[in-house]
Amino acid sequence: MTTTLEPETANKAVAANAVVAPEELHTWTGKTRQWLIKVLPSDKLLPEGQPSYVASWIYVFGMGAIASLVYIIISGVILSLNGPAWYHVSAFGHFVNSTHLWSVELFFITMVVHLWGKYWMAAWRGGRVLTWITGVVSFAVSIVAAFTGYLLQTNFDSQWIAFEAKDALNAVGIGAWFNVANLGQIFMWHIVLLPLAVAVIVALHVVLIRVHGVVPPIDAGQTDAQLTETTGARTQGVAR
Amino acid sequence: MSKAAASMTWRKKDDIASRPWTGRKREYDLFKELTVGVIVMGLLTIGLAVGFGSPDESSVTLKAWAVAAPADFVATAAAELGGSSDTAGYGAPYNTTADASQTIGPIDLQSLSGVQIPINTAVDLVTAPLSVQSNPPSELAQWNNASPDQQAAWATAYSDALTAAYPPDTRAGEANFDATKVAAGDYGPVPALATGLLTMAQTGALDGAIQNEGGFFNLDYTKSILFLGDGTYFVGLADAAHLTGDQWGMMNETGNFPGQSWLWLFSFWYQVPGVGDASNADILVVGIMLVLTVLLAIVPFIPGLRTLPRWIPLHKLVWKDYYSKR
Repeated sequence: MTTTLEPETANKAVAANAVVAPEELHTWTGKTRQWLIKVLPSDKLLPEGQPSYVASWIYVFGMGAIASLVYIIISGVILSLNGPAWYHVSAFGHFVNSTHLWSVELFFITMVVHLWGKYWMAAWRGGRVLTWITGVVSFAVSIVAAFTGYLLQTNFDSQWIAFEAKDALNAVGIGAWFNVANLGQIFMWHIVLLPLAVAVIVALHVVLIRVHGVVPPIDAGQTDAQLTETTGARTQGVAR
Repeated sequence: MSKAAASMTWRKKDDIASRPWTGRKREYDLFKELTVGVIVMGLLTIGLAVGFGSPDESSVTLKAWAVAAPADFVATAAAELGGSSDTAGYGAPYNTTADASQTIGPIDLQSLSGVQIPINTAVDLVTAPLSVQSNPPSELAQWNNASPDQQAAWATAYSDALTAAYPPDTRAGEANFDATKVAAGDYGPVPALATGLLTMAQTGALDGAIQNEGGFFNLDYTKSILFLGDGTYFVGLADAAHLTGDQWGMMNETGNFPGQSWLWLFSFWYQVPGVGDASNADILVVGIMLVLTVLLAIVPFIPGLRTLPRWIPLHKLVWKDYYSKR
């Protein structure tokens, strides 16, 4: 059976539904969607503007680390698809191995500058502590991931690193499962588990940045001129 | 002071750092920045790869070791037979040697894993490989039928005689092994087994024999690498390439490449007297680094450390544009 409503009544009903809709969500999926939209609306996820204080070279290093990670993954996929010994016998393989090495070096350089920059900016302020912690964890996990890469070179370096590093891992009781002289185990750690961990933590880190926004200057005051609406040449607008 | 300290806290409060920014904004294109970043880092990566390449020093084989430093090889084989090598006395996860674990007080994490990768150096590195040859040395039977005490006595006596003839500090540089330089003594079958293993290694057969102990498909190089490390030749190569622990080797690699420079702090602790030269250096250093990593992660919760950025105002440089237009 259908009911016909007068246009004005129908509009009121639609409006009423729009208002009460959030309260009517009772599925896990609906509640999760509602929470996600509240925490990270699209204009925060993909913003077209940033606060006026986001104007320094220090801000490019985080993006530089992510860009380096792109090349680490691309070159790593090519190397792993061809096997760990391929680059010894292929000129192209050696080039890909070189890009893998240098993208890792650039990744760490940019990451360390980013990390120190965020420390001196006290970037954990205003409820951003998880952003800081995920950044430190991604740095630590990246170090382990890089270490396993050095073990996979299948050359003198990897032989020696395996011999030297076993003592630290055995001393803490994990050497049997993280056996640096077992190529099969290390391959699993290096191309699956650790990259997955880095990717997930970095993704979480980036999402947290978008959720909380970029931390303002330490000495920003309530009366700063840039807190008031102006129409300067670089001004895009004022947030609601 | 209390007001300043409060502003450095991680807690969400009713302040500028906690509220959504309501002031002036500037245009920002996330995807454009990402694209520029990928292009710039791509050019840098390819430029560095083309300009500098990457290191690829060939791996060392047991054959190469036996050919280049036969005296060191024979001495190591004798030590593996007698159970006096580093691997034989390592403890978990390779064997059950008592009191071999690195501990901090009563904490013995090394022993907790148990023997997960069992290695009997005499069998796995010497007698088993010798026995797979088409003509195994006849002295194998004499060795296998002797009591453990007799085996140890033969091997120890031969190792002592080798040490006198070829001192450990110089034996890696000896290009030839002259069995007649070793003083005569009651060594049982040990000289024949050790020199037999040398001959086998020099043909290249030992590399495959040890590796095949794990079956046709074997990606585990633990035995071969431990055997190499028990001698002085392998360590000497690493020393020449500045890769040993006392040379900050953890962060180095062969050739003129930056290596794992991010391990500088890990490597630093091995240079500190009382830590790096301690018998439990590894677990001490790992413990210190774990604590420091956790401290770095929880800096926002540590008064003083979290306030340092205010006391040393490098942020004035970061936000100089903002501060100049206040």
